[in-house]
Amino acid sequence: MIEVRDLKRSFGTHCVLDGVSFRIDAGEAVVIMGRSGGGKSVLLKHLVGLLSPDAGEVLVDGRNIANLGERQMLEVRSKFGVLFQGAALFDSLTVAENVGFALSRSGKCTPAEVANRVAEMLDMVELPGIQDKKPAELSGGMRKRVGLARAIVHRPAIVLYDEPTTGLDPVVSDSIDQLILRVCEQMKVTSIVVTHDMRSARRIGKRILYLRDRRIYLDAPTEAVFASTDPAVHRFVNGISIPKEITF
Amino acid sequence: MTMSGTPAKWFIRTVADLGGFTLLAAEVLRSLVSVRPSFRDLVYQLYFIGVKSQSVVLITGAFTGMVLCAQAFFQFQKVKMETGTLALVGVSMSSELGPVLTGLMVAGRVGAAMAAELGTMRVTEQVDALRTLATHPVDYLVVPRFLATLIAMPLLTIEAIAVGIGSAYVVGVHFLGIDAAYSWAHMLKYVGKSDIAMGMFKTLCFGMIIALVGCYKGLNCREGAEGVGHATTEAVVTASISILMSNFFLTLALRGLLE
Repeated sequence: MIEVRDLKRSFGTHCVLDGVSFRIDAGEAVVIMGRSGGGKSVLLKHLVGLLSPDAGEVLVDGRNIANLGERQMLEVRSKFGVLFQGAALFDSLTVAENVGFALSRSGKCTPAEVANRVAEMLDMVELPGIQDKKPAELSGGMRKRVGLARAIVHRPAIVLYDEPTTGLDPVVSDSIDQLILRVCEQMKVTSIVVTHDMRSARRIGKRILYLRDRRIYLDAPTEAVFASTDPAVHRFVNGISIPKEITF
Repeated sequence: MTMSGTPAKWFIRTVADLGGFTLLAAEVLRSLVSVRPSFRDLVYQLYFIGVKSQSVVLITGAFTGMVLCAQAFFQFQKVKMETGTLALVGVSMSSELGPVLTGLMVAGRVGAAMAAELGTMRVTEQVDALRTLATHPVDYLVVPRFLATLIAMPLLTIEAIAVGIGSAYVVGVHFLGIDAAYSWAHMLKYVGKSDIAMGMFKTLCFGMIIALVGCYKGLNCREGAEGVGHATTEAVVTASISILMSNFFLTLALRGLLE
């Protein structure tokens, strides 16, 4: 269970999050959507302790992680798997070393066990037999899949996805969506997906948090969000711009 | 002067950097006593830092020894003290030029590479990915580089000193006509254990500076290619200046301790 209470965060004089609060229960599939540069990724990074809030609390299974030290956070982070926007694969390692990284570092598995688990994960993301390739040899979609395999290899309870379909063509985006759904169903994980891809949001999320003006503007079931008559929500969901509101 | 003025900003940034650098050094110390570094990573870094730096260090040592020998000979010749040339080269190379020039060359090659590699990892979120995989970046990225630099620097410095003295011997004896026996005897007489000890202690300090500055600048670089470029330049400049400044104070402090 994750609960965020009155989270505030600024970078210099620029306030990005100002009093964000919400709660996500175990096993839920929640989408956080909002404008580009609206603070979605910043919010996601607070959930896993990559950033510390200026004020407020982030509770993971009841424990406030907002001000934990980096070494204390390592234990908390073992509950998480994160798929980064650009996959963030380690350039110097092979696919197998990337995927098996968490298991190898934990020291709890033999090399053979790590290899078996890596093969199992690569099968799950439909990329069998690419263990010896380097990240530079992979396409964008393949990198995302390998990134997902790496994120779930240690069987985390919560998986965070930072814009998983950004930069991918519609067909590959669809396959990534299906993969996220499969991971969610098969591994019974809590999924938190940051995206501004409405098709993905509708397909993956059971609930949507709409981040607007530095706060959670709307917290509602997915279909209620898509059926909303609120002008701001309606415009965002349908991709309708108002020239005076556009900031690049 | 306002707080937003350039000198004030520079001062705040410098103090913040010093604080960050100290915290990184403390974290490295903590990691060294509590986490076992990966042997494979350490060997790779030793290869990159130690083996791959040899050519540049050897060339620097050789030509520095040769030019120092020639200049010393030209001056000593005026007062009929040519046989003291190799002694001067020996003392200079062992306690000052060997460690300093090795430090500067390694700072340029290795410090820059560390800052660029870690900086690129930071801007492409690979450092964040490490953290989410329950791995402390200091344990995985900094400690192997720090240990490898500490091991490699004394060995590289010994090589530079040996090659420098050897080259000076060849130039002095075979090209400038200095008496070999007297030169060798004077060098052995005047180059003491304290000179060697001073050089080795200095080179360990320089190794720490290079690794910590390179890693600190990389892990704290700003976004984008420009940020990585700045971090790389700053790593080389900061490490080089720190080596030159600390060398002066180390010479004063160690001269009192060792003699």
